[in-house]
Order: sequence, then C-alpha cells, then structure tokens
Amino acid sequence: MFKLAKLVGSVALAGMAGVVFAQDVKTYEGIGRLATPNEVAAWDIDVRPDFVGLPKGSGTVEDGMGIWDTQCASCHGTFGESNEVFTPIIGGTTAKDQETGRVASLTDPNQPQRSTLMKVPTVSTLWDYIHRAMPWTNPRTLSVDDTYAVLAYILYLGEIVDDEFVLNEQTIKEVQERMPNRNGMTLEHGMWQRDGKPDVNGSDCMTNCVTAVEITSTLPDYARNAHYNIAEQNRIFGPFRGADTTKPPVAELPGANFQTVAMTTAAPASSGGETVDVAALFKANNCAACHAADMKMVGPSIKQVAEKYDDKPETLAMLAGKVKNGAVGTWGQIPMPPHPQVSEENINLMVQWMVSGGQ
Amino acid sequence: MSKSKLFETPGQVRRAPESFLPADFVADVSANGMNEERRGFLRKSFLGALGAGLATGMGAKAMAQAGPDDPAIIEKQIWQTTLGQPVAVKPYGEPSIYEKYLQRRQSPGLTAVDAASVSFAPLQGFFGIITPNGLHFERHHQGWYDIDPNKHRLMINGMVKKELVFTMDDLMRLPSTSKFHFIECGANTGMEWGNVAVPTVQYTHGMLSCCEFTGVPLSLLLEMAGADLKKGKYVLAEGNDGSGMTRTIPMEIALDDVMVAWAMNGEMLRPENGYPLRLVVPGVQGVSWVKWLRRIEVGDKPYGTKDEAVHYIDLMPDGTHRQYTTVQEVKSVITTPSGGQQLLTTGFYNISGLAWSGRGKIQRVDVSVDGGRNWSQARLESPIMDKCLTRFNIDWVWDGKPAILQSRAVDSTGHIQPMINALREVRGTRSIYHNNAIQSWKVDTNGEVSNVQVG
Repeated sequence: MFKLAKLVGSVALAGMAGVVFAQDVKTYEGIGRLATPNEVAAWDIDVRPDFVGLPKGSGTVEDGMGIWDTQCASCHGTFGESNEVFTPIIGGTTAKDQETGRVASLTDPNQPQRSTLMKVPTVSTLWDYIHRAMPWTNPRTLSVDDTYAVLAYILYLGEIVDDEFVLNEQTIKEVQERMPNRNGMTLEHGMWQRDGKPDVNGSDCMTNCVTAVEITSTLPDYARNAHYNIAEQNRIFGPFRGADTTKPPVAELPGANFQTVAMTTAAPASSGGETVDVAALFKANNCAACHAADMKMVGPSIKQVAEKYDDKPETLAMLAGKVKNGAVGTWGQIPMPPHPQVSEENINLMVQWMVSGGQ
Repeated sequence: MSKSKLFETPGQVRRAPESFLPADFVADVSANGMNEERRGFLRKSFLGALGAGLATGMGAKAMAQAGPDDPAIIEKQIWQTTLGQPVAVKPYGEPSIYEKYLQRRQSPGLTAVDAASVSFAPLQGFFGIITPNGLHFERHHQGWYDIDPNKHRLMINGMVKKELVFTMDDLMRLPSTSKFHFIECGANTGMEWGNVAVPTVQYTHGMLSCCEFTGVPLSLLLEMAGADLKKGKYVLAEGNDGSGMTRTIPMEIALDDVMVAWAMNGEMLRPENGYPLRLVVPGVQGVSWVKWLRRIEVGDKPYGTKDEAVHYIDLMPDGTHRQYTTVQEVKSVITTPSGGQQLLTTGFYNISGLAWSGRGKIQRVDVSVDGGRNWSQARLESPIMDKCLTRFNIDWVWDGKPAILQSRAVDSTGHIQPMINALREVRGTRSIYHNNAIQSWKVDTNGEVSNVQVG
C-alpha cells in the first residue's frame, strides 16, 4: 500500500509545481472507459494452473488426431517428435516419471533433446498456448472443443492417456496428477524477486588471482566463416576493423602484410529501382521454413518443384491455389497449411519464382 | 605487481599504411591502362606509403614529426568544391553509406523459422550507452506486425474494481515519464553455456539494447482501475500478436518502476519493438517486456504460461527447472576490441565496453589483459543510471604479444560478475538462460581478436 501513497504524494508535489490536476487524481477525468462484459470475455483467454479461465468443452483422442494431421504435423511431425521446425513435443518421458512427477532423463547427458512433455509441469499451460497461438500460421482458429481434442491427442502420443480418453474441463484435473514433470519446477532461487540473493558470486581479487591461464574453448577453424565475413560486420575505419574471415588468419602483424586487412571504401550500390525481391518475399512469408533451395526439408525443395512443374498459366494457377488453401499428398503425408494471409499477387510472384528454380 | 604494466605506459604509434592502391584504382588501371593522371596518383600513393612506413619504424617519437603531404588535405575534395544536397532529401534521416556494415544480424542456423527468431544488435560499433532505434535487437515469437494505433486497445481486468479500456489517445493524455533502461533477452549469451559457439560480441551479447523509454507508470493505471493490492499479488501482461505473448510479473515489481511505454529514444516505438505499446520492466529479462501490449490482468497466483513453463526456465544439474527466473544479474562485456575484430598496429588503444545489472546501478568495472591474473579499475562514464547500461573505458598499450581481455562488473548490491566455471559449478552446462559470465577475448600476435573461454 505504501507504493500508492508514494504515487499520490508525487502527484501532489507536481501539483505544487504549477500543474493543474482534477480534484480526484485517481480518475483522470475523461480518460479511459469501462470495458463491456463481451470485451473482457473476448480478450481474457488465459488459463491458469488452477484451471481458472478454462472454458467448458471436450474432445476425443480420435478427433484430435484428425486436427493434428492436417494442422499440426507439418511443423511438429506425425508423432510430435519433429525437430525440423521446433523442438519436439513428445519424447524422453516414461511411465515411472508419471508416478514420481519428475522426469528422470533431465539428468541424462545423453538425452538428445528436452521435449515439451519433459519440461511442462502444468497441463493448463498446453491448453492455454494451443488455444491462444496455434496453429502457427493461423493462431486462434481452433475452437474450444478442437483445443481439448488436440491436447487429448498430444497426451495420448505422450502415453499419458489412452486412446479412449475424453478430455474435458473435469478430466483435465486428473491429467494434471499424471504430468511427468509436475514436481520438477522450483521457485527456491534468487532470480524471481529483485531483492533475491544471487547464487553465484564472482571474486574481487585484483592481483595474482590465478596461477595459470588455460584456454579451454575456442571456435574451431572450420567455423571461421560460419557467420560470413566479419570484415563486413564492422566499421571500415577506426582502430578496430573486422577480420576478413573469408581468408585464413594473417600470419604477421598487420602493417607487415597490410593488404589482408585493407577494405575498399567504395560506396554501396544504390537500390535497384522498383523490382520486387522475390527471394526476400519468400523468406518474409516464412516459406523458407519448409522449402530450402535444393534439399528436401518439411516440404519439397525449390529445385524439386522446378523440376516437376512447368510455368504454363494453368500450372501456376493450380500451384497458387495449393499455397492459398493448403494441400497434401503430392510430396508425402505432411500437409502444407493454408496461407490466407498472403496476397494473391505475392503468391503468384513466389510460385513463378519457384517453378523457375528460384531465379 | 599492483597494476598491470601494460596499463601504465600509454604511448602512441602511428598506424601502419593500409593498401595505398584502392581496389577501384587497380580495377581502373586493369581495364583502361595507364595514363598520366593514373601515373600521378600512383607516384603520390607510393610516397605516402613510404613515409608512413618510416614513421612506424622510428617508433612513438616519430608521431610528432610531419609526414609527407596528405592528399586528403592537399587535394580539393568533391565535398569542398561542389554544392551539397538540400535539406529533407531524406525526410527520415539515415546513417551514412559508410556505416552500412553495422546492422542487426541473425546467427545462421540458430532457428528454423525466422518469425520465431532473433536478430542481434551490433554492439561492436556502438558508442556511449544508447541503442539507435533501427539497431535495437529483435526477438519475435510469432512474427511482427505494424499495428494500426487507432485500432490498438489496452484492457485492465481481473481483480480490479473497474475493468477499463484505453485507446492510444487516452494513454498519451496521461502524465508520462521517461527513463533510460537496458533490455536483455534471458537467453543472451546462452549459446556459450557449454563452449565457445559464436565469433563476435554481436552474437554473444547482442540480445541487449538500451533506450530512453517514455510512457505511463503501470502503477497509475492499476490505481485508476482500483486494483486489489491485498489479494492481487501478480499481474499478467498479454500481447496483441498471434503468439498472444503472456508473462507473469510479481506485483512488487509491477508497482515499482514498470512502465506502459509508447516511445523509445524520443520517437514512437519501432514495429519490431512493439509499436504502438509495450511493457517496460526494468532489470527483468526481455520476454517480460510484452510487445504490442493489449491487456493487464490482476490475479492472486502466477499464470504458468508457455514461456514460464517450457522456455525461460533454467535446468539445474539435479534435473529440476528454476521457474520464473526473471532478474538479469550483473554483467559486462568489452565491445572494442572484441571477437572477430583486427588490431592494425601495436601501441595505444582505448578498451571500451558495457556493464549493467538488473538489481541496480553499476558500481565498478575491472579489466584484465592477462586472462584474469591481474585486474585494474576502469573509468565509468556518466551517466550511471539504475538498471541501465554503463559505458566503461580503460587505457591499454598493446605490445604485440598475445593478450586475453576480460571485464568484471560489480553492482550497487555488491554482487560481482562470476567466471564461467563458477557459474557451471552451480548451474551445470545444460542451461540456456541467464549466463552472466565474464567474457574473454584473445588478442593474437597478428592483431586478430577471437572468442575464447579460459579455465
């Protein structure tokens, strides 16, 4: 309460300095309005670990499988195991974990990934996130029942419920008692509150603090150019230039072999008029998440598409329709989600670009 | 030895000549052959190079002597002899074309999808403590939108007497405040928990920015709504983007200095940073600074949202996760010279860097050039502000031998930035977040600086 007293005090002080305030400083006359019940209902969508905020509804594992295969599998894999786009949802948990509420593989250094089910302690978190933010490209398009169904299917894939399970606002409380990592989180640390106590403190030693300095880790030589040419990520004048990482390190101190660090200072070329950069468009619309240049990722590569299709108008129109409305089957069982948010003009440009091999 | 000898004898050495034949001149001669004009240029260039080389050979004293005539002074330049451009050719100004290399950049291969990725701020090229708005780091969870401010609303609901809705017009009529604060992603330096992973300070520490933010204190809005401060121990902040980003903030912090902000560095927020409205939670990791802020809910329990229960949690060696780790602890890094840079000669350098703490002000920064054996106190540049970046500088004469540069910050609570090994002893190596270890940069005999870890 003292905080509010302080606030009122500071406002009073400002008033003394000549600013005119309304009598009741807490209302700020004419600013803001009351929210309607419908408005609050439309936006107050969060679901808390004690299930406050969870709407009534239900969904079966079977219904969830249908939604999963058409709307979720393209990013998360058929069994929620995919690591191609996001970290896996399923994997790394056991029946024993469900008894203890602690995931044993979290201490196993050989466990390759930490899946969502290995980490998440509260089932409400999954319901809330699926409902508010999924599917990835079309968030908030799943109904309440759809959300229950998809979550039921995820829990089934994680072997937390069986295939007959019906998830609803009552049974979800039973599920919470089986969450594999429900006892795996702690608030016993100093980084939640500002006056918390740090757990790792440094030394204030000033002289002869260590006997030997050993370099324990460096970037391997093959990674020298992994972040492209660092010379082009630094200012071209001043005492520190970027190292030219397209070349091996210079052998001697610069000055003896100055050409290796000299940069041309030519002005950058001006932008090229009104032409559309389709490659940038492709990236900006997240198409590159699934389609690489010449390697099959989630979807076919640009090269594969170019080899399969010609650029006749009917072919282009057919492909544009697939991009807009989604498609499945041509390149395997992982479907392409619909992209209603991309303009037809841009879809046409990108389809033309793809069948031309990205030229 | 109370102080490294290297710090005590600042000297001056003239920089060695760089390529005195510009690439475009070489290309011109190759394409068009030699003529009198080109021959004349060549003569002058060789003279200049010879003089500069002699100066280097004679050591520090040569600095005071005049060199050969510098064409940059002797010759009339185009900017001295022709009319420059008029005002407002660029109604919104841009940096010089010679500054084009300093950009936000992604780390290749870090994420599979760019809409849930991060771009890093080029700390290696900044001066002072302010991040230019165009170079403020980005981290999005479901892509960014340029939201129409006329259609943006902020709702306050939950355990309040009055559930309120504000437009941008409403909010900007309220008494505003402006404060300087750093914002750092909880995963900043996260790639380096196990080993050296990236080459430059842009990628090791670039999920860090610092701006003057303008907005209204959240406490004022909570007061207007009549928040129940007896039972309401937490607020939930929610974003207006597809991810509907949500984070729990303890009421103690919410009432302290949290701000509902629309401006940074004197202009409206950039879309990538939450235009038209974002939360500012000083000292707390960036994910809690919810962008495109649409709702504040007052509640009596934490919310356990996705980014509190699946991400932004710290895996401890015993297999437990630390949840709601939010405060960014004391940290510093040398930005020049730093990894991927190249020193051009031996001689005098100004080592410069940044220090910050989510628990208060920076009290002191020490710098070592010998891998942590000996330390000297750096100069702190003003202003030194609460939960804000502080710039430090220290003189250094590089003798051409290998050196390992480190900085170590102490904050106003007395907390000292730890070595990476001390952090690993407590938190293990499989954490992702909250790595505030001392950074080491190795200067090789050839002047190239690289990222190393020392034990």
